[in-house]
Amino acid sequence: MVPVLLIVSMLAFGLLYVLPGDPAVAILGENAGNQQTYLALRHDLGLDQPLYMQYLGWLGRVVQGDLGQSIRTHESVSTVLMARVPVSLYLGSAGLLVGLALGLSVAVISALRPGSRVDSVGTVVAMGGVAIPSFWQALLLVYVFAVLLRWVPPSGFTPFFVDPSLSLRMLILPAIVLGTHSAAVIMRQGRSALMEVLEQDYITTARSKGLADRSVVARHALKNAMIPIVTVIGLQIGSLVSGAAITETIFAIPGVGRAAVDAIFFRDYPVLQGAVLILTLAVLLANLATDVAYAYLDPRIKYR
Amino acid sequence: MTHAVSTWVSTPTPRVSHHFGFLRRLLETRLAGAGLVISAIVVLCALAAPLLAPYDPNEQDYLALRDPPSAAHVLGTDDIGRDVLSRIIFGSRVSLEVGLFAVAIAIAVGVSLGLVAGYAGGLADDVIMRIVDAVQAFPNLVLALAITAALGPSIANAMIAIGFVGTPGIARLTRGQTLSVREREFVAAARVCGATPLVIMRLHIWPNVTAPIVVQATLLMGTAIVTEAALSFLGVGVQPPTPSWGAMLRTGSQYLEVAPWIGMASGAAIFLTVLAFNFVGDGLRRALDPRLASRRRQ
Repeated sequence: MVPVLLIVSMLAFGLLYVLPGDPAVAILGENAGNQQTYLALRHDLGLDQPLYMQYLGWLGRVVQGDLGQSIRTHESVSTVLMARVPVSLYLGSAGLLVGLALGLSVAVISALRPGSRVDSVGTVVAMGGVAIPSFWQALLLVYVFAVLLRWVPPSGFTPFFVDPSLSLRMLILPAIVLGTHSAAVIMRQGRSALMEVLEQDYITTARSKGLADRSVVARHALKNAMIPIVTVIGLQIGSLVSGAAITETIFAIPGVGRAAVDAIFFRDYPVLQGAVLILTLAVLLANLATDVAYAYLDPRIKYR
Repeated sequence: MTHAVSTWVSTPTPRVSHHFGFLRRLLETRLAGAGLVISAIVVLCALAAPLLAPYDPNEQDYLALRDPPSAAHVLGTDDIGRDVLSRIIFGSRVSLEVGLFAVAIAIAVGVSLGLVAGYAGGLADDVIMRIVDAVQAFPNLVLALAITAALGPSIANAMIAIGFVGTPGIARLTRGQTLSVREREFVAAARVCGATPLVIMRLHIWPNVTAPIVVQATLLMGTAIVTEAALSFLGVGVQPPTPSWGAMLRTGSQYLEVAPWIGMASGAAIFLTVLAFNFVGDGLRRALDPRLASRRRQ
């Protein structure tokens, strides 16, 4: 993970280094005409040093938790982003919950009755769920549930501890939008994994002992089908993080994804660097958690 | 799967029947057939847009601002009186263009990297795969957004960004396939005959790893179209007045309460096109996968 993190840091640094516009000019704005002030600021920011020195200096500060200062608001990037992390986690967890609840339940029903009407509908819905662009789905849901029916607010965010009821009502649509793609993928993968396990001899044995379908699925089949399902869930974290950028922007939710999108438009590259690093770290941690989950689910898997 | 050596002795007749067999297997799944039909319609729209569109996509009618669907404008008009249907027909050009070029970039770079990593192994494999891991760790859309923002918003830069994001998947797949093919006897035979690594990769390995890459490329086409639409929706992709489905959706989101048809029609176009490519990709996977083929025979 360390070499990957190092390459990620190089890419994040290198990619944003080529952003159009000189950061010193961006900070100074109209005062950029003064050559002395401009050169002094470039020196303060370390922009007059060779690229590798700039990178090493930046990396040294990043590992100490210092992501620099926002060009737009002059606030500490770490402070700004850390305040947004809980918001993204709240939305991301809700999205994952929607994905798991919908995906797993339909997968179980479909696998138990392959070829049935429920299975066919589930398959078609899953294919649609993979293909539907989240921004269009968001517009459809907002139009129906916020504009026509007026059941939920069209956008915005309220922290859970400020007003739990309003917070949850505001969370429903973004969570559905964020979780749909994951639900569809979990549904497809879960169905085929479960169907494969349900054909095994020990399932026949469990059934011949007179165990009820619920017991067979919950105690014998699901745990053994979980390895491919957990792999998909791990991969879905990346898609959730990516989806958060667009969902947070559409629903005006002040999370890390929206900070990244806003930073692009304001050319606030320290914030963009920080947001990209945090989002990528989230994906890498999810991959690590997936590996740990394998060992828990299948004791035969051991990591040295 | 045929390999380079066996093609020397193949005759045209079995090849034709082989192709028909493949097409039959592809069309066995009704969804793949539906996908092919929808894809063909989208390609036709892109090629014959000036003949099919009832209006010029940029013609503004100030007497018909945000007009609902009617006989004159089947899908209504947008905020500055342009015909939505005509813009959707012309928008298919941008989507297909970006999708095709992005996939071409991903295949050109990804296949080269995957072939080298898989065939050479050792240090080259380690270095290439660690870079691939790192790029894959970036959330796709955020990376595409950052690249497009860095290079400046335009169609060409959207293609580069989307192609770059799709590269790691193709590289990983090609490497995996190359690892198994390089152990085959015909590769050893070519090596013994004195073929250079470049010739072996190009003539002997590449023809034998194409099938899964074609499937992946079809699925990537759908992803590329959605990503282009997302970039344009966020304002960093295709710039106005060029008709683009994502940009139309962006306008639609601003007029959702008074003119919902603007966003609905363009969103449906993206959805159906992506769905079609996914259906075709799934159909290809089934037609090319020997395991699924034998299951079908049973």
